[in-house]
Amino acid sequence: MRMPEINYVREAMPAQDPAERVCNFTEVALGYDKETAVKEAQRCLNCKKAPCKEGCPVEIDIPAFIEMLKKEDFSGAIGKIKEKNNLAAICGRVCPQESQCEKYCVLGKKGDAVAIGRLERFAADYEMQQGTGQVAHPATSSGHKVAIVGSGPSGLTVAADLCQMGHQVTVFEALHTPGGVLVYGIPEFRLPKEIVRREIEGIEKMGVNIRTNMVIGKVYTLDELLNSGYDAIFVGTGAGLPYFMNIPGENLNGVYSSNEFLTRSNLMKAYKFSDYITPIAIGEKVAVIGGGNVAMDSARTALRLGAHEVYIVYRRTEKEMPARWEEVEHAHEEGVQFYFLTSPTAILGNEDGWITGMNCLRYELGEPDSSGRRRPVPIKGSDFLLPVDTVVMAIGQGPNPLVPETTPDMETNRWGNIIADDATGKTTKTAVFAGGDIVTGAATVILAMGAGKKSARAIDEYLKGL
Amino acid sequence: MNSISQYRIRRKEVLGPGLKLMDVEAPEIAAKGRPGQFIILRTYENGERIPLTIADLDSIEGIVTIIFQEVGRSTNDLGEMEAGEFLEDFVGPLGQPSEIKKFGTIVCVGGGVGVAPIYPITRALHQAGNKIISIIGARNAGQLILEDEMWQISDELLVVSDDGSIGEKALVTVPLQRILEREKIDRVVAIGPLVMMKAVSEVTKPYAVPTIVSLNPIMVDGTGMCGACRVEVGGETKFACVDGPEFDGHKVEWKLAQQRSRMFLSQEKEACEHGGGRCGCQK
Repeated sequence: MRMPEINYVREAMPAQDPAERVCNFTEVALGYDKETAVKEAQRCLNCKKAPCKEGCPVEIDIPAFIEMLKKEDFSGAIGKIKEKNNLAAICGRVCPQESQCEKYCVLGKKGDAVAIGRLERFAADYEMQQGTGQVAHPATSSGHKVAIVGSGPSGLTVAADLCQMGHQVTVFEALHTPGGVLVYGIPEFRLPKEIVRREIEGIEKMGVNIRTNMVIGKVYTLDELLNSGYDAIFVGTGAGLPYFMNIPGENLNGVYSSNEFLTRSNLMKAYKFSDYITPIAIGEKVAVIGGGNVAMDSARTALRLGAHEVYIVYRRTEKEMPARWEEVEHAHEEGVQFYFLTSPTAILGNEDGWITGMNCLRYELGEPDSSGRRRPVPIKGSDFLLPVDTVVMAIGQGPNPLVPETTPDMETNRWGNIIADDATGKTTKTAVFAGGDIVTGAATVILAMGAGKKSARAIDEYLKGL
Repeated sequence: MNSISQYRIRRKEVLGPGLKLMDVEAPEIAAKGRPGQFIILRTYENGERIPLTIADLDSIEGIVTIIFQEVGRSTNDLGEMEAGEFLEDFVGPLGQPSEIKKFGTIVCVGGGVGVAPIYPITRALHQAGNKIISIIGARNAGQLILEDEMWQISDELLVVSDDGSIGEKALVTVPLQRILEREKIDRVVAIGPLVMMKAVSEVTKPYAVPTIVSLNPIMVDGTGMCGACRVEVGGETKFACVDGPEFDGHKVEWKLAQQRSRMFLSQEKEACEHGGGRCGCQK
């Protein structure tokens, strides 16, 4: 029998036209339809060893779900994914698959890797559209209570897994809507909030109790939670501390942290101002400082809010940018302009405290630094003025200090990240586990979820030993 | 979303024109909150997050009292809510509590709606054994709040108004200056409009009296996540929501604080117009 011919070209992702989408906040990538999804699935070679699985932080049985898609068993496919991942519609959209599962795909050696992420998204969306979502039934009650601090990707993962294992789980969220960075950080056009809401609803239906408006560290300390009957705690409070550059003029009106800028637009829906009351002030020329996904999100949000020109100002070159290639490409298509090898030295303002421009310096790349990337070195006398009226600082976030500050017996490192065991999330405080950005520093949704999975297993073990 | 039905407005009282008090059922915050801390509330799903410094706490009844002035769309919307209705969100206690201990003689200064948060701080300082001299002020008699309450916890109470319709016709700094000349003051705590807190800090500076002010800049999350509430104190950038809201008045960069409070002025006006312009922005 002749082997079927190998198809090295992946199915294209339909997307909104750039000229159109810069005027709206609806999703850019439209997703595969049934036919395209099946066609893409058929490219999978169903390798025996399946190296793609090793690239998945939450251990999804990738070939198994793709096999089901090939047979048009769509509910089987999502069921297979959900054995490991309760946030498939989210991961299918925001995971950097190109550096995870797809990176290891055998087809990727000679052509395009199978579009695993897009297939995951298809399976999850299909289920949502059909409304066939099955609520998994938890194991019999263990009688143990667990508190989860933070309802971002890691917290939700731990919550769902522990609930399945039969533990009674309460999630404490500081903001008024659960989801963490999924609702305050990632924009609607990349991750619709209705999707997030429905995924979280699924976790609630499973039996997880979510309490919003609860700032742990303030209304209760970890010790108070432990004393009030919780047997274990998972801390997943994320990278909720914006960094600034410490250059002159950073407190002028018109300078935002990316957290503030995105929170106003995403969580508070300032992009629907007048229906919603929270304002956002956007100028004509916006500079976004940084080269990560958050910088791309900020730049593309600024365009959609009506900025005439948006610049990404990044001190290295395109090659060193930590943003996903797909995001950079989308930003290019939408008209974001890039100033590479450039960094601001001061933000200038007028009498009333509003931005008038930004002094910048040009850089060149020198020797590699500790991150392995070539260190940018300033070029003497290269300073120039960039006339802008809005600046968004997207140079990274640190760990939010509210929980560590009120938990003196839980150790943190010198940057304020909670020290936790890699394999288990165990902290130096008994019964307390931690994972996600609060431990690793700002990373990705899926790495936080991977940490959550490990912690859930470790917490289950810990509870069994009580 | 929350398993416990809460944030019910148990009582509403109109204290003066556009000045309202609400007792809100929030037992966990009432149990944990301390004078000087604040809460953030939303009136309804599409509303803003409004930060308000706590005016009183009753841990037995599970009540947090807020007093606010209707100054824009969001506070107007809040003012229209009635007893028995539920707020959408009510979160806290946020920020650092006031430092309460025996300092000696303390002048507590409250201006306008700022008398509301100064009240629980003054009471705690009074209970800690300090001699309390209070100065409270308002635009006019109708706008003056908590006079009786302040009188009960003060060794001396001075009242001022802009128009002289109650107390002395003066700014709060006039009696403050007299007191500083008259006796040794160990600490001043001042809460009110930015201009008032700035003026108080300027008056106390030559006397080297430690002066605490409570800043209420523009905020979003109130947990140190966004940095909207940046203020400069002693040359350093601080987040009022987690580092404050109280700061050393002698070190606050007042001009910057005033500029930053105007960041969304034109949008606030627009929101008001959408809401019918009741806030007076169309005057």
